[in-house]
Amino acid sequence: MKILVCISNVPDTTTKITFTDNNTQFNTNGVQFILNPYDEIALARAIELTEGNGSVTVINVGEANTEPTIRKALAIGATDAVRINALPHDAWFVAKQIAEYAKQGGFDLILTGRESIDYNGAKVAGMVGELLDIPSVSVIKKLDVSGDSATVEREIEGGKEILTIPFPFIAGTAEGVAEPKIPNMRGIMSARTKPLQVIEPVAVTNNVEVTAYETPAPRGQVKLVKADETASLVDLLHTEAKVI
Amino acid sequence: MPVLVYTENAGGKFKKSIFEVVSYARAIADAQNTSLTAISIGDVSADELATLGKYGADKVLNVSNAKLKSFINQAYASVVAEAAKSEDADIVVLSNSFSGRGLAPRIGVKLDAGVADGAVSLPELSGGKFSIKKTAFSGKAFATVELTSAKKVIALTPNSYKVVDKGTSAKVEDFTVDVKESDFKAMVKEIVQSTDKVSLPDAEIVVSGGRGLKGPENWGMVEELANLLGGATACSKPVSDAGWRPHSEHVGQTGIAVSPNLYIAIGISGAIQHLAGISRSKVIVVINKDPEAPFFKVADYGIVGDAFEVVPKLIEAVKAYKATA
Ligand SMILES: Cc1cc2nc3c(=O)[nH]c(=O)nc-3n(C[C@H](O)[C@H](O)[C@H](O)COP(=O)(O)OP(=O)(O)OC[C@H]3O[C@@H](n4cnc5c(N)ncnc54)[C@H](O)[C@@H]3O)c2cc1C
Repeated sequence: MKILVCISNVPDTTTKITFTDNNTQFNTNGVQFILNPYDEIALARAIELTEGNGSVTVINVGEANTEPTIRKALAIGATDAVRINALPHDAWFVAKQIAEYAKQGGFDLILTGRESIDYNGAKVAGMVGELLDIPSVSVIKKLDVSGDSATVEREIEGGKEILTIPFPFIAGTAEGVAEPKIPNMRGIMSARTKPLQVIEPVAVTNNVEVTAYETPAPRGQVKLVKADETASLVDLLHTEAKVI
Repeated sequence: MPVLVYTENAGGKFKKSIFEVVSYARAIADAQNTSLTAISIGDVSADELATLGKYGADKVLNVSNAKLKSFINQAYASVVAEAAKSEDADIVVLSNSFSGRGLAPRIGVKLDAGVADGAVSLPELSGGKFSIKKTAFSGKAFATVELTSAKKVIALTPNSYKVVDKGTSAKVEDFTVDVKESDFKAMVKEIVQSTDKVSLPDAEIVVSGGRGLKGPENWGMVEELANLLGGATACSKPVSDAGWRPHSEHVGQTGIAVSPNLYIAIGISGAIQHLAGISRSKVIVVINKDPEAPFFKVADYGIVGDAFEVVPKLIEAVKAYKATA
């Protein structure tokens, strides 16, 4: 079984988000970048599914500075890696690059995280699916394979759906699919010598541009209510906040 | 050129978030001086379809086809894109729900349209530009995105736009599309609905518990409070990681982002990753025994105290309030 896992390089979850250049650029100063947490789940499941029988290629659209993240994926257990050498302008740009690469790869399964924690678009899986004319399914909480198809559990509002999908397809994974794996010493050593291919991007017409950022307005001071005065809290929620 | 709004249903009924989407799409149509067409796929009664008119749809396209009984995004995206083409619509609006998120990118590719996901505002139109505010960095910020393509797809975050009852009516028409066989490769085998529960992304009130609740056996009071308030239950990440609650309840940076009117956090510290997913709550109430818990810094109301004493009392107070209301 051949699996392609799409990985993104995102600011660490503890990052306090700030902007520069008159709120038009994300301030990367001092920011630690990590493998997107949902992509770690996808990668972990891909490794489980191919153990002893198949390969896991990770693909990242990014400039050279994303290589530590790619090496981490190799250390976790990916077989090889591809970096499309470009700044990932947006989901459309990324999806086009991945679809272009996947066209030649003969992958049975393509996995992404359900979304990246920076732009939260959740668009790459659907766009790649459409570009390759294969099914896409997201947000999945379970992924089991038998023969040439898979059974997945998809989250829906107030419940879940069980689907069967023949290969090839693309899925966006969330918690439940697998536990993220931590690289061990052997993995870290072997990651250094695993193949990392660098490919130049195809041209893409952009149709979405970020023009400004802002942070949420600060909230006012907390109004404290005594622990034995819950009735006055209810009263405040009714008369002052008007939410009940 | 009309605006097209996709109106998903749950078991033949539209949810409030769909009326928000229709109201929002109406406002866009008004700003563009055009009409609004709604499309519905699946078994929805004529009466239910007609309610879309109240919120501003001029026309409703009803797609009722046995093959489209369950949601397969590949096939649904084809239907919506075909409708957009036949209506000559250049803006497609849908909900940023789980299924909306499955559809929007596919429709975007089909129509060669830029996609604004997670929209939280009406488009700004100035100097020929079309810009929308969306959440970014998992709720730690907003980004304004300009859609530069001729066609546009917008997915609206639930609880971001108010329902506007226009008291108007719509004509309902059947709409048929030949969907190609290869769009049905994925097959829905089973749907497991937890019908008695309010769905978290749509909830107007969320009662959430953290590790401070000590164990799954103590969730009874969280559920009771949520039920009393007609809200949904949620939890912090360590709680779902420990298996005390399902992953579908985990809110935060790596969980669900919620935007309720009221978020009640019980025994949750308020780590930056948790706050990321709840920062769009209108009112935040925090119950925590540690007065230094970071959550108090973003709360509107707080009680410093032991959850096991405070929550039962709060339940009594809500019951008393309900009895008099
Ligand atoms: C990659 C990554 C992603 C993450 N994503 C998320 C996310 O999406 N969502 C999320 O929630 N977390 C996330 N986290 C975890 C986050 O950093 C915190 O660890 C987590 O939010 C803490 O959960 P908690 O507040 O329930 O538990 P704790 O930190 O253990 O805090 C429990 C709180 O309960 C209070 N308490 C204890 N007993 C009582 C009592 N009897 N009565 C009242 N109060 C009491 C304590 O004072 C404390 O403030 C993420 C972490 C990482 C590394």
